[in-house]
Amino acid sequence: MQQSISFFTGFGVNDLWFLGEAALRTLWISAVSICAGTVLGILFGWILYEAKFLGAVTLAPVLDIFRSVPLIIQLVLFYNFAPIIGLDFGPFGSGVVVLTIYTASLVAIVARGGIEAVGKPMRRAARSLGMSYWQDMRHVVLPIGGRAVFPSWVGVALGVMKDSALVSVLGYVELLKASQILITRTQEPFLILAIAGAFYFALSYPISRYAAQLEKRWAQ
Amino acid sequence: MIEIRGLEKYFGALQVLKGIDLDVAKGEVLSVIGASGSGKSTLLYCINGLEPIQKGSVVVDGTNVHDKATDINKLRQKLGMVFQQWNSFPHLTALENVALSPRIVKGKSRADAQEIAEQQLKHVGLADKLNVYPNALSGGQQQRLAIARALAMEPTYMLFDEATSALDPELVGEVLDTMRLLAEEGMTMICVTHEMGFARDVSDRVAYFHHGVMEEIGPPSQVFGDPQSEHTRKFLSNVR
Repeated sequence: MQQSISFFTGFGVNDLWFLGEAALRTLWISAVSICAGTVLGILFGWILYEAKFLGAVTLAPVLDIFRSVPLIIQLVLFYNFAPIIGLDFGPFGSGVVVLTIYTASLVAIVARGGIEAVGKPMRRAARSLGMSYWQDMRHVVLPIGGRAVFPSWVGVALGVMKDSALVSVLGYVELLKASQILITRTQEPFLILAIAGAFYFALSYPISRYAAQLEKRWAQ
Repeated sequence: MIEIRGLEKYFGALQVLKGIDLDVAKGEVLSVIGASGSGKSTLLYCINGLEPIQKGSVVVDGTNVHDKATDINKLRQKLGMVFQQWNSFPHLTALENVALSPRIVKGKSRADAQEIAEQQLKHVGLADKLNVYPNALSGGQQQRLAIARALAMEPTYMLFDEATSALDPELVGEVLDTMRLLAEEGMTMICVTHEMGFARDVSDRVAYFHHGVMEEIGPPSQVFGDPQSEHTRKFLSNVR
């Protein structure tokens, strides 16, 4: 009797290692995008706050677009059309660019809210002590407003980390893409997706725990 | 010396100060009384440049506050201000609240700034609250913290904008006592206030504001004892 040839092999320890590596890539692309996007988003939020009219007619509509168009469409469009104008960043670079702008468009609203959270009386008190505009920003608005909107920012950051799974459509082998590869080979979607989910949880949970602790410390 | 000449201030179309002329000499305590909306708080904001003016001038020790060439951040160090809402920085302890501006604005070392802060907190009676966060302080204590914070910049003048109006009645006394103490030490003060007792007992002069006009100014005995203007008389009879 002839043995049947199997194209599929089971899930092994090496595959776990493969997923672990992919999780690190998820962490890496998320960390870069969240950091860059946060810096950019704070700048945008500041512009929205300070240049009320100019910001409302120029920046706000652009940010609205990036917030409203599904991320997967932004990724595919940018990855495929940016090279036409000479911006060929590859899957990782394109992913970072799109995720950064997406993060920035979300953080901009959070940052504006943070500045607004520090009322005019507080800022006048700071200025009356002789602080310059930037000293007021750095020593009063940033710490007070930052704490007020920190939970929202953590929400954005965790959301972006999960949304980074969409970069898999560009072929970047992060956690979701790695899972798809393994599923194709092992035909064990339930097991592998459960493991991938556990990895996402392992990435998010420490962040939300740490954030909760920070908030508790600030609340004293 | 603070010299105010022909000061006019508008919020949009609404004129809130209609040509104010006023001199405040060093060492003087001036109380400004009047109904809400009479422009008395706005006057303080115009003196330290927190509000732009439309006409006239405010000159502090020879420097025009509203001149574009004036370094307003430097000038404001001379003009301590205490607000109705105390605005303590919630993320800093009492000591850090007071030490912050000497350090970042005046460039003092951390140790020097802390020493100044300790001194000023003792001055206002908060020596035992150095490492306490503002949310653990009462309104009166927070307002005294605000006074210490302003004093830490070693101002020549202190502007009080209804410093006791937002306080619970039982906490008003401790803040007024602190203001009295400053007056006795010879600080030049402009106090916008609804505390008629304070205005009568502590000030050298009292000014009465009515709809953006300084209707009357003079020693407390005159303004309270023998008011010249009909509006002043009416106002005083209402608050008594």
